[in-house]
Amino acid sequence: MAVKKGEVWILLGATSAMARAMARQLAERGDALILTGRDMDDMAATAADCEIRGAHDARVVAFDARDPETFQPIIDLLDERIVNAAVFVGSMPDQGDIDSDPSLVDGTVMDSFTGPARFLQQLAPEIEARGAGVVVGVGSVAGDRGRLGNYVYGAAKAGFHTYLSGLRNRLTRAGGHVVTVKPGFIDTAMTWGIEGMFLVAPPEKVAADILKAADRRRDVIYTPFFWRYIMAIIRAIPERVFKKMSI
Amino acid sequence: MRWKTTEYAGWGRALRATGDLARPERVTALAALMGESPAPAIGNCRSYGDACLNSGGKAVQMLRLDRIKGFDPTSGIVTVEAGMQLGELARIFAPQGWLPAVMPGTGFATVGGAIAHDVHGKNHHGVGSFGQHVRALTLIGPDGQTTRITPDHPLFRATVGGLGQTGVIVSAELQMLKCKGDVIVVTERRIEGWDEFLGHLDASDASYTVGWIDATAQGDALGRGILEEAETGSGLVTAPGRAKSVPFDAPGFALAPAVVRAFNAAYFRRVPQKGRTVVKPIQEFFFPLDRIRNWNRLYGREGFHQFQCVVPVDQAPALRAMLERIAGSGLASPLAVLKRMGPGRAGMMSFPMEGYTLAVDFPNRARAVRMIADLESDTLAAGGRIYLAKDSLAKGASLRAMYPEQRDWAELVNATDPDGALATDMIRRLDLRTV
Ligand SMILES: Cc1cc2nc3c(=O)[nH]c(=O)nc-3n(C[C@H](O)[C@H](O)[C@H](O)COP(=O)(O)OP(=O)(O)OC[C@H]3O[C@@H](n4cnc5c(N)ncnc54)[C@H](O)[C@@H]3O)c2cc1C
Repeated sequence: MAVKKGEVWILLGATSAMARAMARQLAERGDALILTGRDMDDMAATAADCEIRGAHDARVVAFDARDPETFQPIIDLLDERIVNAAVFVGSMPDQGDIDSDPSLVDGTVMDSFTGPARFLQQLAPEIEARGAGVVVGVGSVAGDRGRLGNYVYGAAKAGFHTYLSGLRNRLTRAGGHVVTVKPGFIDTAMTWGIEGMFLVAPPEKVAADILKAADRRRDVIYTPFFWRYIMAIIRAIPERVFKKMSI
Repeated sequence: MRWKTTEYAGWGRALRATGDLARPERVTALAALMGESPAPAIGNCRSYGDACLNSGGKAVQMLRLDRIKGFDPTSGIVTVEAGMQLGELARIFAPQGWLPAVMPGTGFATVGGAIAHDVHGKNHHGVGSFGQHVRALTLIGPDGQTTRITPDHPLFRATVGGLGQTGVIVSAELQMLKCKGDVIVVTERRIEGWDEFLGHLDASDASYTVGWIDATAQGDALGRGILEEAETGSGLVTAPGRAKSVPFDAPGFALAPAVVRAFNAAYFRRVPQKGRTVVKPIQEFFFPLDRIRNWNRLYGREGFHQFQCVVPVDQAPALRAMLERIAGSGLASPLAVLKRMGPGRAGMMSFPMEGYTLAVDFPNRARAVRMIADLESDTLAAGGRIYLAKDSLAKGASLRAMYPEQRDWAELVNATDPDGALATDMIRRLDLRTV
């Protein structure tokens, strides 16, 4: 069953380029938006943009993955309409910085895994009560295998992937659905100017892939699609070889 | 803010730059950047020459700040971030009965770029230039300060048409124009020669008027072409087809003189002898070339130049002589445009003046470069001026002589940006900030 018009979408991390692109596409089909994140001015601009593009309405609420106090007020906004959520939050400090300051591990894991997971725990009963609703969790190809360049971020995302698979198991039986999205390199402020990027995809393309996956109730998608094959190869490398590689 | 070392080029691809680009996605990131290391803004690099280049320096690419911040459906005033592309604005608002008041020949130009060159459209004779419809703009100066600038502010006329030299335009309030819908009714007519063309352009009372000239036709046929007059309308037409793309640099013969002559003759005969009226989606009329992405690659790796000048009405004979020179050279490419301009302009360095404007593309070859130099002298002698959005070859002294307010502008700009942090390749090539 396709996601119907006029539903509510909560976007966690609405200041990211991917979330902004998805918000616009949801707006053009008339959905209602709850944009959450930390930069309120920025989200206010996105909300205005979405309303003019056709969103039923667009509201802005504070969300901080490291501050669980911010979670319930978002849930409290919901009415009887079907609710969907997409999680774009996450942080990827430079691995070198984490290596010299181990305390950065905690924040990375909170932003990319435990914060969103705890929020989704609070949201899950709402989806179960309505017997419908899609959760989109944006993970990362970095979560498919730990590697030198970003293994703490990768580990957090791997945890998030496992969480999403369990949540899918739970919500499916209540009529809901969970899509795990594993983006490759996306052309955003996060990757701008970083060495070694290739086949960088525009956020609009990724947002369109995500919406299609939600409509078609896909379980796990790579976007752009070819990352499925790239990651299949990377996962196939034996650990005794992989541990000496730097990719 | 991370910087990305990038090789980039103006639309003509004859001039290129390598430098560090930032691409902020949030206004706070932009403001922080301008506080730390101020740099000129660039839009979508649809200016042909070096207005959008800063070799060896920094530039702030604005494309990711492209949101509509507010819209008043009664007045038609829209507030947009400067990276918004005009074609997107038209796509969103035409179905609601509004269009950007002025649209250049490409929908990929951004609002910031349209202000910084005070661009004109096919309705310049009626509504004037882009800057005349700007109600206010928000500017971050090279000191990192944010200022709201209305038309009565001293920096307004230095910023509109101001080549990015007063700061980065973050957002603008634009008065849009009512339209009947998202289709356009175009009347196309064959014009057999120069005098007839001017006569029709002078007499046209259509909202949108543009002339396509066959810049290869000589003798009696000199100045032959097609006149297009258009009004917006509503109703159903087939949606524009998918954009096609030129995937690689074309070989040198793609635009050889014989090919161009044949193309032009066919383009001319496309319109029946007695003319015709067609209905199309607005994009096809306003942005005819946008359907072919990267069409600038047709000119190969060396790129091309566009020459665009405007001359006062009484200098029409001088413009005719220039067209003769162009036609005689056999160097022109298919698309040449002739328009009647009104007096409307909003900035000290704005291009428009009441008169006729001619725009012609040339491949980047030595012979074309020499001819463009001659055309530049012709323009100066006729009391006209060359358009900075298109230029990559002019000489500073003659260029500055064409813009009577250049010194006053330079003074204002130098006071605002004393360290020259916002200078671009064009500013340096033409010495535009010399008082
Ligand atoms: C096919 C085609 C047809 C065209 N037709 C027309 C036409 O009919 N009429 C016409 O007038 N022009 C026309 N142009 C020219 C085009 O409209 C201008 O060059 C316009 O400025 C391009 O916008 P841009 O966003 O690409 O700006 P860029 O080319 O990237 O930059 C142009 C200038 O604007 C400044 N700038 C850009 N953004 C900002 C900002 N946010 N704040 C401050 N300064 C900024 C830059 O510093 C630079 O000086 C045409 C161009 C093409 C390619």
